[in-house]
Amino acid sequence: MSALVIGIGNPDRGDDAAGVRVVERLRSLAPPGVRLETVGGDLLTLLDLWAGAESVVLVDAMVSGAEAGSVRRLDASDRGLREQLGTFVSSHAFGLGDAIELARNLGRLPERLVVYGVEADQIGPGAPLSDAVARAIPVVAEEILEECRCTRLR
Amino acid sequence: MAESRSIKVDYLARVEGEGALDVRIEDGRVTDVRLEIFEPPRFFEAFLRGRRSAEAPDITARICGICPVAYQMSAVHALEDAAGVQVDGPLRRLRRLLYCGEWIESHTLHVYMLHAPDFLGKHSVIEMAKEQPELVERGLRLKKAGNAIVALLGGREIHPVNVRVGGFYKIPGDRELSQLARQLETALDDALATVEWVAAFDFPDFEVDYEFVALRHPDEYPFNEGRIVSSRGLDIDAREFHEHFEEVHVERSNALHCRLKQRGHYKVGPLARYHLNHGLLSPRAQQAARVAGLGDSCRNPFRSIVVRAVEVVHACEEALAILADFERPERPFVDVPAGAATGYAATEAPRGLLHHTYRIDAAGLIEHAQIIPPTSQNQGTIEDDLRQFIAPRLDLADDDLRWQCEQAIRNYDPCISCATHFLKLTVDRR
Repeated sequence: MSALVIGIGNPDRGDDAAGVRVVERLRSLAPPGVRLETVGGDLLTLLDLWAGAESVVLVDAMVSGAEAGSVRRLDASDRGLREQLGTFVSSHAFGLGDAIELARNLGRLPERLVVYGVEADQIGPGAPLSDAVARAIPVVAEEILEECRCTRLR
Repeated sequence: MAESRSIKVDYLARVEGEGALDVRIEDGRVTDVRLEIFEPPRFFEAFLRGRRSAEAPDITARICGICPVAYQMSAVHALEDAAGVQVDGPLRRLRRLLYCGEWIESHTLHVYMLHAPDFLGKHSVIEMAKEQPELVERGLRLKKAGNAIVALLGGREIHPVNVRVGGFYKIPGDRELSQLARQLETALDDALATVEWVAAFDFPDFEVDYEFVALRHPDEYPFNEGRIVSSRGLDIDAREFHEHFEEVHVERSNALHCRLKQRGHYKVGPLARYHLNHGLLSPRAQQAARVAGLGDSCRNPFRSIVVRAVEVVHACEEALAILADFERPERPFVDVPAGAATGYAATEAPRGLLHHTYRIDAAGLIEHAQIIPPTSQNQGTIEDDLRQFIAPRLDLADDDLRWQCEQAIRNYDPCISCATHFLKLTVDRR
């Protein structure tokens, strides 16, 4: 099994750090064989980062209008995020949805790609993590562990 | 009957940050062009007050995920200016190497991912990737070479952490540097192919008589040092900047507009640097520029994509030259005492001149910081370009007009997030 979990976000912008915090939590919990990485602003680096990995889980903050701290799981292996979510706004210059579709068109998408989105509340520079997102982090971590433990992610 | 038209573009795509454009057309005349920057102000200058001067490179690196090097290098140069310290020799060459990395990374992102789709009639690089994957792969490979330089010298690809006042925390090993050189050999070939590719695009017939402003150094293409010069005779030291330039608040924009006190709007960035310094480009970059037909000056902002591609050739070639003559500095940094003083520096970020001012108190704390990014300097000129560009094209349908206006703005690779301390497009015809 070559599973890879990538947390996306800026640790200095409040809830935008959600993905990074989930990966930090997984560092002591993830079974051997699960690779953990974090990515800041440049999402084009994802294409190289996941090269060779069969199963990839991405965790990122999202702003969809849902309740803060709520979690969405999307399988992007066959369908794009934009197709699944409708309008799609990313805080990154070249967004996550774009990076995934670029990889798909270049034939550089991992066989299995799952995206977890954690609804953000505050993403201002220097803002702390909101309580709602802080509570969601162990929950998302546990769900990802569950995927890694061979239920869905193989 | 008076004709009124209203075209709105709420969010500009393929620019960094959020902004909008409002164009008002009355009786077939362009009466108003407003570039609105609604990316919230970011208050970096206020964050810096009260911090130790040594913290400035790490704080300013956070201003931009695309050009962090320029921010931190302007900061370190200004702080060294305050202390009267000049960093020379191998350390200075390594700083230029880091700059080469950022230019390759930032320009390639813009050329391939954000700007080329305009000329190919595509909505995005994702569409391009479907039809011409080998082109997109070339762009990704080239950008990766820039990332590799920044990662090696800066400690990581984004928001580098290895830069300090006086030099670096750690100098990379010989083996890593020679690996980098091999990657850059391929990058130089990719960069030359990129110039050939973009030079063949169709460009709108449009030229503007700009006042170009850029750094000028006697014997190098400008990155990190030089006098601030213009195509209309300005020739000043970075210390004299505030005597000649002023920032003004314009209600529609969260980014201050910077103007020349005497003459108003001016243009910074690749076209300005090329006009003022093309004779100092590396040999292969000069040759590529000649073959691409750029001549001594390029006043068509749509052809900025060609100048960016030429500058990437320069950055690859200079990076290779630095690596070929690399000497290990005795220490990774020189000591820079922090005492009460004011320091000024301008460097050339990928998007143009970037000026920093710091006043330090006797305890070494920052009392005042002022950062003037390239996009805030270009805002007035972007509006002027649009006014001139739209006037003869009013017969276009709203959708076509909107599309071309967006392109005209992307010519500037505006970094709205950096300038806010910025874009939505509206054309209102009455």
